[in-house]
Amino acid sequence: MNAIEVVHASKVYRRFSHKRQFATLKSALLRGSLIRDLKPDETFTAVRDVSFTVPAGRTLGVIGRNGSGKSTMLKLVAGITKPTSGSVTVNGRVSALIELGAGFHPEISGRENVFINGIMLGLSKREVAKRFDEIVEFAELKDFIDAPVKTYSSGMYMRLGFAVAIHVDPDVLLVDEVLAVGDEGFTHKCLDKFAEFKRRGRTILLVTHALPMVERFCDEALWLDHGEKKGMGDPKRIVGAYVTAVEASEEEQLAAGDARAQESTAMVSPDEPASAVLPDHPVESAVAPSNMFHAAEGRWGSREVEITDVSLSSGDSDRGHVFQSGAPLDIRIRMRAPLPIDDFVVGLGLFNAEGVCCYGTNTNLENYRSERLQGDAEVTFRIDSLDLVEGTYKVDVAVHKLDGYPYDYHRLLYTFRVKSRTKDVGIYRPPHAWHFSEGITLTRASSDA
Amino acid sequence: MLRNLARLGRYRGLIQSLVARELKARYRGSVLGFFWSFFNPLLLLLVYTFVFTYVMLGAHDKRIEPYALFMFCGILPWTWFSSSLAEAAGVLIAGGNLIKKVLFPAEILPIVTVLANMVHYFFGLVILAGFLIWYQRPLNFSELALFPVVVLVQLILTTSFALLLSALTVHFRDIRDILSNLLTFWFFATPIIYPYFMFQDSLTGQETWQGQLLKLNPFTHLAITYQEILFFNGPVGHLKWLLVLGVISIGFFLFAYWVFDRLRDTFAEEV
Repeated sequence: MNAIEVVHASKVYRRFSHKRQFATLKSALLRGSLIRDLKPDETFTAVRDVSFTVPAGRTLGVIGRNGSGKSTMLKLVAGITKPTSGSVTVNGRVSALIELGAGFHPEISGRENVFINGIMLGLSKREVAKRFDEIVEFAELKDFIDAPVKTYSSGMYMRLGFAVAIHVDPDVLLVDEVLAVGDEGFTHKCLDKFAEFKRRGRTILLVTHALPMVERFCDEALWLDHGEKKGMGDPKRIVGAYVTAVEASEEEQLAAGDARAQESTAMVSPDEPASAVLPDHPVESAVAPSNMFHAAEGRWGSREVEITDVSLSSGDSDRGHVFQSGAPLDIRIRMRAPLPIDDFVVGLGLFNAEGVCCYGTNTNLENYRSERLQGDAEVTFRIDSLDLVEGTYKVDVAVHKLDGYPYDYHRLLYTFRVKSRTKDVGIYRPPHAWHFSEGITLTRASSDA
Repeated sequence: MLRNLARLGRYRGLIQSLVARELKARYRGSVLGFFWSFFNPLLLLLVYTFVFTYVMLGAHDKRIEPYALFMFCGILPWTWFSSSLAEAAGVLIAGGNLIKKVLFPAEILPIVTVLANMVHYFFGLVILAGFLIWYQRPLNFSELALFPVVVLVQLILTTSFALLLSALTVHFRDIRDILSNLLTFWFFATPIIYPYFMFQDSLTGQETWQGQLLKLNPFTHLAITYQEILFFNGPVGHLKWLLVLGVISIGFFLFAYWVFDRLRDTFAEEV
């Protein structure tokens, strides 16, 4: 038997224009447009033609980016909103952990709120009384249960809400991103409770951004994107596809961001004498930006040598913005010098999101002596293994004289992101390995879990 | 619609506990707590008595002495009616969190408002009873038997208005502002601080045009009946009007519920 059946469900939200928002009943009546004004001017489709079924006893994880319709889907299944078209059928008692403690009244005690909340979620008074001790114990609120709820901390509030909702003992449990409740210990307790639900053959619909949880916990995953069903099936496969898509769109965003930064700085006239630009940017800081917190992206220099293009790439791809930690990275700098120049240094720096310089070098520091540069040229800086931890990085690229006089300085105009399966921390990941002597045994979980 | 109406029966327990919560929460944190339910009508009575017996002297008929008592018979049910409406108008918006996050028939919220105010009304009746004894007013018990009928008619009428207002206010927020003024006007357009027979010829019993107009106000009939039962000796001559009002109220309730039901699905998006 299917616990949840969603057939071609769409949900269209109505958006009203300004005119409608400020309309009043009086004016609506005067203009005789009451009925018309209640009709939407604009619509927004939150869920578009989604169909899926969840057999009883299965756990379905719903993933997708923000605004992809996950929560709307959950509300449809919960019956809080009705689909605009299509149908949603749920067999059995539903409990939705959408917002915990919705409906708690701040002035009255936790005890009374537990009763009212429980009844609201579909229990009878006697059933709540029977489970009351269990609920309080689960919420770890024994000492505070008779205090008014307004005195609770947000964590206590959420824990109590969670405890009530989960003790409703539904046939279908809907969970929307609520595991960020309470401390580590409480989260484990919640997971245990979910596992118990699964064992007892209850159906769970889990909306979350915690992908490892979907992989570990769910029998199936549903991927929504812009309200449409992108895929459904084995959690590992769906999560993999989703992660790839997210990387691709991050790539696009970074590219767009870089393009914007470069465009805005390109307005500085290349013919402007260097001296007019220089005073604001003392030579020393141009070589090694000392305070990255105040450093803005920018571009300056005399343009006797012009950096025409900078591209980042890894392996075979031509141009990219998202790289795996440990993969090779090429930074290719194209430049043009209309007149021959013999005094030049090519340098670059990598900065992390906090503005810490992770690495900086130039040709001079590495003992290359400049001989001649004319016309179009290309410099490639190759990193064999990008040993950075996960995060977003910015790149400085510059061509300047040996004494620091800048020809063309691009500050923080290029962005890339490093992805890593390992969530290690710091700035730099030295190539490393673990070795264990006898008497100590560790087993390695599969790397993608 | 009828199925939804029937479903309400299943939520009896919830309505009960929500009314209890409403009553408990209202005075939580105040020193006198629950006693405010008694003090409020008492203080209200004092204010009106002062104004109409000392400030505006001789403004009333011999037949409505003691005036304070006469007024109190009308003001108490009016307070139930008007505060129910005023609160109901905002109740769906205030309870937006519930409507959006919990599967929950929204009409429970205005109904709870009306019922909670009804309980307050009953507390007021205790004060009224105290005054009746103080003034040693005779009460006719056969007339008192009609009291629950009036209360029932008022309950249906008030609930209908509450449902209608709460649903419409979600879409037209200005109702709340219009409402407070409208209710003040409505109060003075109801024979509460003046007797209805002001507009009746004392000999023929013929109504003036003002009297005819007042009869269009549903609360007129409620107020008159309350006064006839609790204040005046003699027959409850207004009973047939009350029954007509009762029938109309049931029709109005069905209409109000229908409107509410039609708008139900829009609440979660609009509040």
